[in-house]
Amino acid sequence: MSAPPAPALLVPEAPQKAESIFHRNLATFAANRLAMASAVVVVLFVLMAVLAPFVAPHDPNETDLFRRMQPPAWLPGGEWSYALGCDALGRDILSRIIYGARISIFIGTAVILVATSIGILAGLASGYLRGWVDVVISRIVDILLGFPYLIFAIGLMAMMGPGLWNIILALAYKEWVIPCRVVRGETLVTRELEYVEAARALGASRWHIMLREILPNILSPVIVVSTIRMAHVIILEASLSFLGLGVQPPTASWGSMVADGRAFILEAWWVSTFPGLAILLLVLAINVASQGLRDAFDPRFQE
Amino acid sequence: MSAPLLDVRGLRTVFETRAGTVCAVDGVDVSVHRGECLGIVGESGSGKSVTFASVMGLVKSPGRIEAGTILLDGCDLRGLTPKQMRAVRGKDIAMTMQDALTALNPALTVGEQIAEVFDAHDYTLPRRGSARARAIRDKSAEMLGLVGIPSAESRLRQYPHEFSGGMRQRIMIAIALACRPKLLIADEPTTALDVTIQAQVLELITEIRARLGMSVVLITHDLGVVAEHCDRVMVMYAGQVIEEGPTAEVIAQPQHPYTRGLLASIPRPALRGQPIRPIEGQVPDLIGLPPQCRFYSRCPLHRDACLAPVAMRSAGPNRRVRCILSGEPVE
Amino acid sequence: MSLGKLLERILQLLPVLLGVSLIVFAMMALTPGDPVQIMIGDQSVTPEQEAALRRDLGLDRPIHERFFLFVTDAVRGDFGESFYHRRPVADVIAERLPATIELSLVALIVALATAIPLGVLAAIRKNSVLDRLATVGSLLGVSLPGFWFGILLMMLFAVHLQILPVSGRIGYSSEIVPITGFLLVDTLLRGNLSAFWDALSHIILPAITLGLPMTAILMRVTRTSMLEVLRQDYVTFAEAKGLSRRRVLFRHALKNALIPTVSVAAIETGSLLGGNMIVETVFGWPGLGRLVVESIFLRNYPLVQAAVLFYAVTYVLLNFAADLLYTALNPRVKL
Repeated sequence: MSAPPAPALLVPEAPQKAESIFHRNLATFAANRLAMASAVVVVLFVLMAVLAPFVAPHDPNETDLFRRMQPPAWLPGGEWSYALGCDALGRDILSRIIYGARISIFIGTAVILVATSIGILAGLASGYLRGWVDVVISRIVDILLGFPYLIFAIGLMAMMGPGLWNIILALAYKEWVIPCRVVRGETLVTRELEYVEAARALGASRWHIMLREILPNILSPVIVVSTIRMAHVIILEASLSFLGLGVQPPTASWGSMVADGRAFILEAWWVSTFPGLAILLLVLAINVASQGLRDAFDPRFQE
Repeated sequence: MSAPLLDVRGLRTVFETRAGTVCAVDGVDVSVHRGECLGIVGESGSGKSVTFASVMGLVKSPGRIEAGTILLDGCDLRGLTPKQMRAVRGKDIAMTMQDALTALNPALTVGEQIAEVFDAHDYTLPRRGSARARAIRDKSAEMLGLVGIPSAESRLRQYPHEFSGGMRQRIMIAIALACRPKLLIADEPTTALDVTIQAQVLELITEIRARLGMSVVLITHDLGVVAEHCDRVMVMYAGQVIEEGPTAEVIAQPQHPYTRGLLASIPRPALRGQPIRPIEGQVPDLIGLPPQCRFYSRCPLHRDACLAPVAMRSAGPNRRVRCILSGEPVE
Repeated sequence: MSLGKLLERILQLLPVLLGVSLIVFAMMALTPGDPVQIMIGDQSVTPEQEAALRRDLGLDRPIHERFFLFVTDAVRGDFGESFYHRRPVADVIAERLPATIELSLVALIVALATAIPLGVLAAIRKNSVLDRLATVGSLLGVSLPGFWFGILLMMLFAVHLQILPVSGRIGYSSEIVPITGFLLVDTLLRGNLSAFWDALSHIILPAITLGLPMTAILMRVTRTSMLEVLRQDYVTFAEAKGLSRRRVLFRHALKNALIPTVSVAAIETGSLLGGNMIVETVFGWPGLGRLVVESIFLRNYPLVQAAVLFYAVTYVLLNFAADLLYTALNPRVKL
């Protein structure tokens, strides 16, 4: 029948160099136009947040009672220097949205960084060391997974009181579980591969193997999951702020701006609408971009 | 000889892919006579499965039948509406698949999977009510008994995963044969099985064929199976039929270099001690094929004349071959 | 699944439940500051009242004893006294629960009823306009902040079009004496059809808001698993048997495709719990979620603690049920 296949190589082979795979995946991602456009939107939001004092037309906390609920520029009574209109205290909505991006993006990034770092360490320890370390960490993970996310965060915020750092803590306390599970699963597979065994045989220390041999090869799925989670964290922060459990007034945050506008939906729809639109845009952009990342970086989604 | 049961002429089935149009079946003629067992041999990608998926009307997008006629008992299957075709499938032509484990639905009981064939096709049953249900159950149990599954009545309530591999294969055959089809297409019926069970399943098919007087198409890549069970054999390569004839003759005197290669590559007791000779090279890419003989690149005897299109040639009574080195042109 | 296996699985739940209550307990016990002072806030109380509250909360005992008391009390359904309502916490929660359950169930029904048909249609007509719309829709569904979507719906249907009420559970004119606490059921039991329509019109917008993310997720899961199933040999074999298209799609394909959908639905039902707080706040829905949010601002900690524990235990049990359901639906998986 057909020719027998060439004999398989019996020599243990290190996986393809992590860097070259990374570059190939990056190229796949760049070819996905929708994902690239979304990544650009995310970058624009980040720039807007960083450069807020330079791009915001007004001081976000400056009240002007003569401009109470001034409509957006294209409606009668609006003016272009207050493009998206003003809220019930006469503050410029556009400027508050620009400053609000700082809160959303800072909290989102901080939570993901803290949670991913903890999750990676815990996941590596759990998956590589096994034994009692694995038992303890897995139990904690199971228990934390027993809480609906928002309720866990609300419970913590209720006890700790509102505030920027408390939000980060409240969200990170549970968020690390997700990267931890991903890392643990990948580590369990990777630790059995030949190149890891080779490193072990050469007498490399446990930390060297975990951080230098295993981690670089399982980083892709962790990055993909982290970006997807970023979108969730931003919505959670906005939800906490909406309930009044987030950053406190007068600091502008998108969630609390939507809450502020709730009382005026009869006469000033724009107060709630635009900050919510900002959340939607950013979260949607992150979701689309991270789907592109997943398609490019996760071999399970490659055809 | 009377008109064949199944008569396929000039069948051409293509698949649109991003890389181009793949011509999986290219001008295939097949005829199956009443009561006969026809073996179809070829490696994967030779078009043998697609040919019979076309006959069954089961070619799915992005594939489509581009040309050809498919006559079953004189009726053109390509002219039927989807609904009329459904009435033919499972009743007049039935099919078994390679692996019963994946072909049986894991979430439905074996009884239901047999019963639904009767429910769809058997018009002799009582119209409705418990009489119909009972009749269907009896017939289902009878089918399981026919394929040699003991205590059939109680096993109808079990799920496929509760049976052994050989039993599942028998169940699949029972389902296919439920409405006593005129033609059974058995697609690689033994590939997924252990050697001992392979023999049992083939025995079963041969025995039931004789009992019910139906025709069988046995698709396989195992020439040994063909030698033992088939009256005639058809060898396919790269979407074309390249040799056809009575099994004994083809095996004794293969005409096409590919058939000879196939025979040389199977271990035979008679040739013990001689090395097995695999055919060098690979099946050509089916996209944008040149008009030449498709076996050209792998053929030990190829010559310049092979670069022209090669038509089927006659090589004695009931024998055809697609090689310019044998047979004579058909006018 | 045998009874023994089931018992074993139930036993495995216990450490998780214990851990969950430990965390809920720790949330309050380890918080910096004196909970009694925080709870009293600027209300004026006598030293006796303060001491009574302290004793009531068990704050005069060592911490491990307090945890033991917390768990044993919780098992008995005793969560202490709601400072604000001057009634047992358990009673206050029980009173608000039917509204929350009713809203969650309707949201679940809305989600299942839209997600499954859309997911199946999108899979059958892969790459059609409908499929693309469904994909975009599900992406929007998971990206929309629920509180904002609720307000948008409110502005459109209640304020602008004025075809649905803005908030609440039922209009004043159609209030009825409760029987089960589920207004949609009670109004029918009382034979008051206009009150039923009134209750229904009140629940539509909150239920859609609450169910939206779940709809998006379930639609995606259904589509993916249906596509996967349609590629399976048993679907081809079912077609080869000459069965009707309906039977192939629904009996053979859908039955298998729904296995992941149903278990994801059970898990996602747990996430409705969190969404409840938001949606009930937006629509002034008098359920448990809104009670918790109000209680946080009233510093009614025993109630918040009890509610968080209640939510967490329900969530764990729902996940457990999802697991069992998956097993029950899938004859191949044997425990």
